[in-house]
Amino acid sequence: MSVIEVVGLTKSYGSFQAVRGISFSVEAGEVVAVLGPNGAGKTTTVEILEGHRERDGGSATVLGMDPAHGGAALRSRIGIVLQESGIEPYLTVAEVLRMHASYYPHPLSVNDVIALVGLDEKADARVKTLSGGQQRRLDVGLGLIGDPEVLFLDEPTTGFDPSARRHAWEVVRNLGALGKTVLLTTHYMDEAQALADRVIVIAAGEIVAEGTPESIGGRANAAAVIEFVMPPGITIDQLPVVADPVVAFDSATGPPSDTVRITTSEPTAVLATLTAWAMHHGGELAGLTVSRPSLEDVYIELTAHQPDVAE
Amino acid sequence: MTSPARTVVRQIRWEQTSYWRNPAAAAFTFAFPLVFLVIFAAINGNNTVTVPGGSVKFAQYYVPAIVSFGLISACYTNLAFTLSIRRETGLLKRTRGTPLSPSLYLAGIVGNVVVISLILSALVTALGLTVYGVTFPNRFLALGLTIVVGAFCFSALGVAVSTVVPNQDAAAAIINMILFPLLFISGTFYPLSSDSVISKIANFFPVRHLIESMVAAFSPFGSGTGINAKHLAVMAAWGVAGLLFGVRRFRWEPNR
Repeated sequence: MSVIEVVGLTKSYGSFQAVRGISFSVEAGEVVAVLGPNGAGKTTTVEILEGHRERDGGSATVLGMDPAHGGAALRSRIGIVLQESGIEPYLTVAEVLRMHASYYPHPLSVNDVIALVGLDEKADARVKTLSGGQQRRLDVGLGLIGDPEVLFLDEPTTGFDPSARRHAWEVVRNLGALGKTVLLTTHYMDEAQALADRVIVIAAGEIVAEGTPESIGGRANAAAVIEFVMPPGITIDQLPVVADPVVAFDSATGPPSDTVRITTSEPTAVLATLTAWAMHHGGELAGLTVSRPSLEDVYIELTAHQPDVAE
Repeated sequence: MTSPARTVVRQIRWEQTSYWRNPAAAAFTFAFPLVFLVIFAAINGNNTVTVPGGSVKFAQYYVPAIVSFGLISACYTNLAFTLSIRRETGLLKRTRGTPLSPSLYLAGIVGNVVVISLILSALVTALGLTVYGVTFPNRFLALGLTIVVGAFCFSALGVAVSTVVPNQDAAAAIINMILFPLLFISGTFYPLSSDSVISKIANFFPVRHLIESMVAAFSPFGSGTGINAKHLAVMAAWGVAGLLFGVRRFRWEPNR
C-alpha cells in the first residue's frame, strides 16, 4: 500500500481554484518533490495531507488514514516542516527539542537530532539568537524528533544562501538513506533534481508532468543539440550531416557567428559521423557541445502558461 | 505518553521557563500594578474611602483594587498577547501539527498565567499588609473564590479578544483599548461613588465586580464570609460568554 495516496484532490478559496483534481501516490522510502511556481497549489496540497486544511473534493490518505480526521494517531507518525512557523524564542534548541520529544510515543534522542541537523554548537543557545538558516535547521529537527515515517517539507531551503542550502540537502539525503518517506515542495529545479527520486510538476493546480528528474517532460528522449564552430575554409554544405547556422541574438555576447547547430534524436550516430569526418580532415571541432534541454528548460516550458497568482 | 494532568503540569513548566526569560513581558505584567500601587498610595495616602459598611483609609481599598488589576493583566492581557503573537508567528500552527492534544496545550498556557496571577496577587497583598497597613480578616474562602472566578473570567476574555486581533502590530492597541477604559470606569485607580452614571455602566462589565468582590474579601467591616454571589455570578457569566466566543472563533492558523 502506498504511504500517500491522493485521488482527484480539489480545493478552492472563494472563487479561486487552488487545486484542480490532483492525483498521485508516494511509496514507502521514496523522496518525492512537488515542483511548481508560487501559487501553483503546492502548499495547499501538502497542507491538506498534513491535516492543516480540509479538502473540498477527492480523496487523500496518509499511512492509510484520512489526514482530515487522523488526529494524534496520524500526527505521531508524521513530521511536518512548515514554510514558516515560529518556535518558542526564549527556550534553547535542546529544550525545544526535548519539549517536542515528549509529545511523541517513540521519539529520537535529542542529541542525535541536534547532530543530524548540525546544530551541535547551538544546542544551548536560545532560539531567538539563531540565524535564519539555523532556525530552519531546527525546524527540520522538530519535524524529525518524533521519528516520523513520513516527513513533509514545505520549501525547506527558500531564502537560504548557497552553503546553507547545500547543508540542508545533505540532511534530506540522510533522511532518504534512513528509509524515511519524504514529500517536499520546492520551486527550485536544482533542488528537485538533487534530492528527489521522483518529481511531480504542478502548475495552476494541476499536475503537468511527473517522472524521475532525468526523464521528466520527455527529457530523456528529447532531441539533443550539437553545436560547434565551423572549421575554417569549410562551408556548411560540405559537412557530412545537415546543420543550421546559429543566428546570435547579440553579436557581442552570443556564440561566434560561424557556430552551427544540429538537432537530432540520434546524437551518438551523428557525433560518430561528424567526429570521423573531422579527424579525417585533421581538425579539432572548436566549441563542440552536446546538450539536452535542462530540467529548468522543461520546467519553464511546462509552467509557462500559468497566471502568476499568490498562494 | 503521559497522563493529561502530567502533560499539563509539564507544559506549565515550559511556559514558566519561557515566561521568566522574557524580562520585558514579565516586567510589564509586574511593574504596572506595583508602580501604580506605590504612586497612587503616595498621592492619596491620607484620604479615606467609603466602602460598603463604612469608611476606610485609601490603601484598604486600593490594595485589593490593585490585586484585581494584577490578576487582569496577568490573565487577560498576557493571554490575549501570547495567543495572538503565537498565532501570527505560526507557533500555534506548528503545535497543531504535533500529537499534543490542543486542549492540553491551551491548558498549559492558561495554567501559566494563573500561576503568574497568583504570584502577583500574593506580592501585592504582602506589600499591602506589611507596608500599607492593610487588614485582611482571614476571609480566605472569599479571596480564593474571587481569584478563581476572576482568573476564569479574564482568561476566557483574553482568549476571546485574541481571536479578534488581526495581526501582531494591532495587538497592543486592541488589547489595551478594550481594557483601559474599563479599568478607569470601574474605579481601579480611584474609588467611584456607587450611584454615579459611570459606575452604573461599569456594573455591566466584569472589572468592577472583580474589584468589589476583592474589596469585600479584605473589608474590615461585618463578620460574614465576604462572599458576594452577585459579583461572582457576573464574572462567571462573562467568562462563559468569552469562552464560547473564543472557542467558536479560535484559529490555529495565522491571518494571512
